[in-house]
Amino acid sequence: MRYSFVSREVKAGLKRNLTMTMALIVSVAVSLTLFGTALLLRAQVDRMKGYWYDKIEVSIFLCGNSSIAFTCTGAVTEEQRVAIKGTLEGLKPTAQEVFYESSADAYERFKEQFEGSSILANVSADALPESFRVKIDNPDNFDIIANAVGNMQGVESVQDQRKLLERFFQILTGLQTFALAIALAMLFVTILLVMNTIRVAAFARRRETAIMRFVGASNSTIRMPFILEAVFCSTIGATIASIGMVLAKALLIDLKLAPNLTFIAFVTWKEVLFILPMLFVVGTAIAAAASSLTLRRHLQA
Amino acid sequence: MIRFDHVTKQYPNSDIPALADVDLVIEDGEFVFLVGSSGSGKSTMIRLLLKEEVSSEGNIEVDSINVGEISSRDLPEFRRGMGVVFQDFRLLPNRTVYENIAFALEVIGADEDEIEQRVPAVLELVSLEGKENRFPNELSGGEQQRVALARAVVNRPKLLLCDEPTGNLDPTTSLGIVKLLDRINRTGTTVVMATHDHAMVDEMRKRTIQLEQGRVIRDELSGSYRMASQ
Repeated sequence: MRYSFVSREVKAGLKRNLTMTMALIVSVAVSLTLFGTALLLRAQVDRMKGYWYDKIEVSIFLCGNSSIAFTCTGAVTEEQRVAIKGTLEGLKPTAQEVFYESSADAYERFKEQFEGSSILANVSADALPESFRVKIDNPDNFDIIANAVGNMQGVESVQDQRKLLERFFQILTGLQTFALAIALAMLFVTILLVMNTIRVAAFARRRETAIMRFVGASNSTIRMPFILEAVFCSTIGATIASIGMVLAKALLIDLKLAPNLTFIAFVTWKEVLFILPMLFVVGTAIAAAASSLTLRRHLQA
Repeated sequence: MIRFDHVTKQYPNSDIPALADVDLVIEDGEFVFLVGSSGSGKSTMIRLLLKEEVSSEGNIEVDSINVGEISSRDLPEFRRGMGVVFQDFRLLPNRTVYENIAFALEVIGADEDEIEQRVPAVLELVSLEGKENRFPNELSGGEQQRVALARAVVNRPKLLLCDEPTGNLDPTTSLGIVKLLDRINRTGTTVVMATHDHAMVDEMRKRTIQLEQGRVIRDELSGSYRMASQ
């Protein structure tokens, strides 16, 4: 098979069928962008889970002056504090690390988190309870901690912060599934479009292919120009999708979202750059598979 | 050598077979006319030789190769050994005479030098020198068929199959084409030509195989079309 012949055929084919070529490129670009977005969203959820879960601990809030829990009789005493600490440390290795956070510490952290927010003016150090923060080896072992200290005098409440985030992650996972479903639907549409484009192209060149068959051109020589056309279009589509994703990362995430939402860990370039090759692989594989399948049906006999 | 060994071809949606028990041999270097009215099975014989169709019963051999058993992978190689010419020329309208002929070599992977050497030579053979840059619609029917003939023989096939090559041409032009086929035949190429052109068959006095409703009803050397018109 001569390279110049095939490349000439591909060029001629693309030009002859310009509207279909454009439609194919746009369709591939859109579906791959969606597909990439779904993958990126998944990476984002994973990253956030890792980031949050890593920081999340069981919080054992201690009684303050105004606490109304039945284990509280006024503010926690030094004696109770020591007893609670002792119990927690006795739970190793389930309780990996035990920190004490005073009201003042809690206030400092609060100030950091809500810097510049008007909420700061309404909160004083007294309003924030002192607490023990316990890192546990396995999130499922929360109950062990809760059972051990939950009913001790001086403990106001035991909170698993993970529970608060679970709902949030559920929404994100739903979003991710939705994006993936749309992406798959678009990829399916793209497959149909590739098949139709190739069918039209094969019909437009039926004279050539008929002659090629009876002069003894190999099947690959006959089919390769069509397959390369589809692959070429999808490569351009994948390039457009890649540019879109790079721009989304640079302009939307890095420039707009990240500076304003500091408490969220966003996907890094590593994750973006991991997705880009997948777009090319998926795009060209779909084009090649759909076109060869169509050619098998329409170039025979 | 071509051998039809009790070949029957039954098309799916037809009551009568297109070919019925055809049993014959065509030796290398022969010139054979296949004659008979439309639907007598001439084209089917050519399609079977090209493996465009497969026989329902019986084997067809070309140079000891069982045509029915050629795999789709080996089929291109097999077809490179034969040239084909059709009634409707089948030239590419957007390519010049030269490009039309070169196309046949390009698609089988011939290199540039070979193409530049063979195309002018075959143009000379069919007396179309000087017309290589014309497009098919700028040529007469006879000239177009010469281009098609040039394309069919440019790869020097051992066997040339012609399916009503003069069906669209006037008698004088037709005779020119057949004389050309005769010249090609003299270089050692086997020629099988399906036709219902009486005058030409009578004029050429070649082996004539007459078909009627799929059966061979006459096979004679130096035949004429005479019987067919009875």
